[in-house]
Amino acid sequence: MTLLIQYTLIYASVLLLVALGGCYSEHSGVINLGLEGTMVMGALGGALVMRSFPTLPGLAMLLMTILGAVVFGLVYSLLLAVAAINFKADQTLVGTAMNLLGTAAATVFVKALNMRADRNNVSSAIQYINQKKAFTLVKIGSFELSWFMLLAVLILIAAHVVLYKTKFGLRLMACGEHPQAADSVGINVLKMRYAGVLISGALGGLGGIVYITAGVSEWKFENGVAGFGFLALAVMIFGQWKPTLIGAAALLFGLFRALSNIYSGFDFLVNLHLPGTFYNMLPYIISLIILAIFSKNSRAPKAEGIPYDKGQR
Amino acid sequence: MKPEKKSFIENPGVQSVLASLICILIGLVIGYIVLLLINPAGAGRALLSILKNFLYFPRPQVALEYFGSTLVKTAPLLMCTLSVLFAYKVGLFNIGAAGQYAVGAGLSLYFAIGFKMPWFVCLIVAMIGAGIIGGFIGFLKAYLNVNEVIAGIMLNWISLYSVNMLLTGVKESSTTYTLALRTNAPGGLLPSAGLQNLFSGNKYVTIAIPLAILTAVIVWVVMDKTALGYELKATGLNIHAAKYAGMKEKQNMILTMVISGAIAGLGAAFLYLSGIEQWSCAQTSVPAMGFNGIAAAFLGGLHPIGCIFSAFFIQHITSGGSYVDKMVYSSQISDLISAIIIYSCGFVLFFKHSMRKGIAKAKKGGSKS
Repeated sequence: MTLLIQYTLIYASVLLLVALGGCYSEHSGVINLGLEGTMVMGALGGALVMRSFPTLPGLAMLLMTILGAVVFGLVYSLLLAVAAINFKADQTLVGTAMNLLGTAAATVFVKALNMRADRNNVSSAIQYINQKKAFTLVKIGSFELSWFMLLAVLILIAAHVVLYKTKFGLRLMACGEHPQAADSVGINVLKMRYAGVLISGALGGLGGIVYITAGVSEWKFENGVAGFGFLALAVMIFGQWKPTLIGAAALLFGLFRALSNIYSGFDFLVNLHLPGTFYNMLPYIISLIILAIFSKNSRAPKAEGIPYDKGQR
Repeated sequence: MKPEKKSFIENPGVQSVLASLICILIGLVIGYIVLLLINPAGAGRALLSILKNFLYFPRPQVALEYFGSTLVKTAPLLMCTLSVLFAYKVGLFNIGAAGQYAVGAGLSLYFAIGFKMPWFVCLIVAMIGAGIIGGFIGFLKAYLNVNEVIAGIMLNWISLYSVNMLLTGVKESSTTYTLALRTNAPGGLLPSAGLQNLFSGNKYVTIAIPLAILTAVIVWVVMDKTALGYELKATGLNIHAAKYAGMKEKQNMILTMVISGAIAGLGAAFLYLSGIEQWSCAQTSVPAMGFNGIAAAFLGGLHPIGCIFSAFFIQHITSGGSYVDKMVYSSQISDLISAIIIYSCGFVLFFKHSMRKGIAKAKKGGSKS
């Protein structure tokens, strides 16, 4: 049972971080479908820090890994920002390209790195068994509370405050609702959208490193992040683009994702005699059902996905 | 007055081809830079082997045989490309083509091996099954306002895991792969109709290749020359206007996705019923074919005939990726190049705009002198 709670919390943290990232971007008016690829890049950034400096002391390891993930995610999201904001490219297309590019680039890079270190090592995996220990905040019996869970909660609170209580947040949301009106009162729409996309990149990257360190101590970059970026978008839609609701939605989705890891530990679930694959499918099925129920009255930002054109009023 | 004769470069078709070539060039240049960064010594040779693909083999007969294999894999890719293209023309982004492809593979293989059905039954079943999955996405979009990209991704994973479960029933006992068609269900194999003789007896070359090209032509005719195509495109351009004009916009959306799904499913059957590959039931990633289809659709300038060439090119470099020196580089470098090509396709409008601007400028300058 403690294991279920632990896994639920850690997966919920991942979904929360990435969904909040998507939330910033969409409130500014840009749909970030490239979160999946951004997560892979963030994971790569964090993993590279852990690989390059295996002997850093606990807290420094934590901070440096987070920094690596955030920087990689942020820089990678520039690809979307430049294409969607400056060049008015199709955001769905660019997002899809970023997802493919993220996994491909990370795989090529890690393989090259591994081969350079050892000619016979052609795997795309990075290991971080010892480094991972730095991420544990407290350990109560078999229950491990990770720093990342705390961080996710703090970022959730920050998101609520920033979006609803600060000038920056309100301006950001204005750009996603009616950019022309925002422009007419002197808000720089392009700058705001850059801010939205870059914040989403940073949070997406952070979510990536939390995801790959969640249950395992090595990560094969060939596998990408198995649709987690898209699950996060489902969480965001279910949460109606509001940080607090996103928090609740992330917990629910986290629970179903956790079940697929540890369903065998529960007698009543084992007694149902469902194949293990079913539990793998569960988060995706649930998200599809939830989307079907909640998309009808969607409160999506009105101008999302539409490139801003000054000439249009 | 005689209309001013347009120069070659002003032709929109030529501009589309040029824009696509720019995208390819950007992809190759960045790919080359990445190769240089990994190991400068063999970078040029590695890029060449990706571009040469089957020409890697010096003997023409062997090269011809491998050319056949590339074509065998181009057929399903072309189908996925057409699937993405068809939906995109109606304003829907069918990223779920990969899942529909998986369903097509699962059903065609299960009917061939499990029920010993002849190949044409398997093709039809694959089409129907994948069409239903596509239609489901269309239904969610039309009636429940679910974003088709997110629904598509969710269904990709659900389809993948379901197909793995289904095909576990017909897999080899010692491996994770499905039973080979040639030895277990020869009736399920697509007929070659003598085509294999054209490719040094490559037995995987079947009627799938001409069928895929035929599909491209049909998609072109339906989209550009029929009332149905016009209606579907009108729905995609402005759903409210279509509704106002008396079109059944919701049904149109669902119909589009059914057709789009059916094409992708048929594509999977084209590959797996040729016997060239077996499905691995332990597969944990969605088939790349569907995503490469997105690359090829945009690279082909969103024109069915252009897609025949772009699908071949994408498959050509994907297959070519397996000839790079594995001790130095990884074959995923081809995926990287295709991803960059897709990304560059986002700038196609900008390229075309610059071209038109450039032409206008040149003309102005010319008339002055």
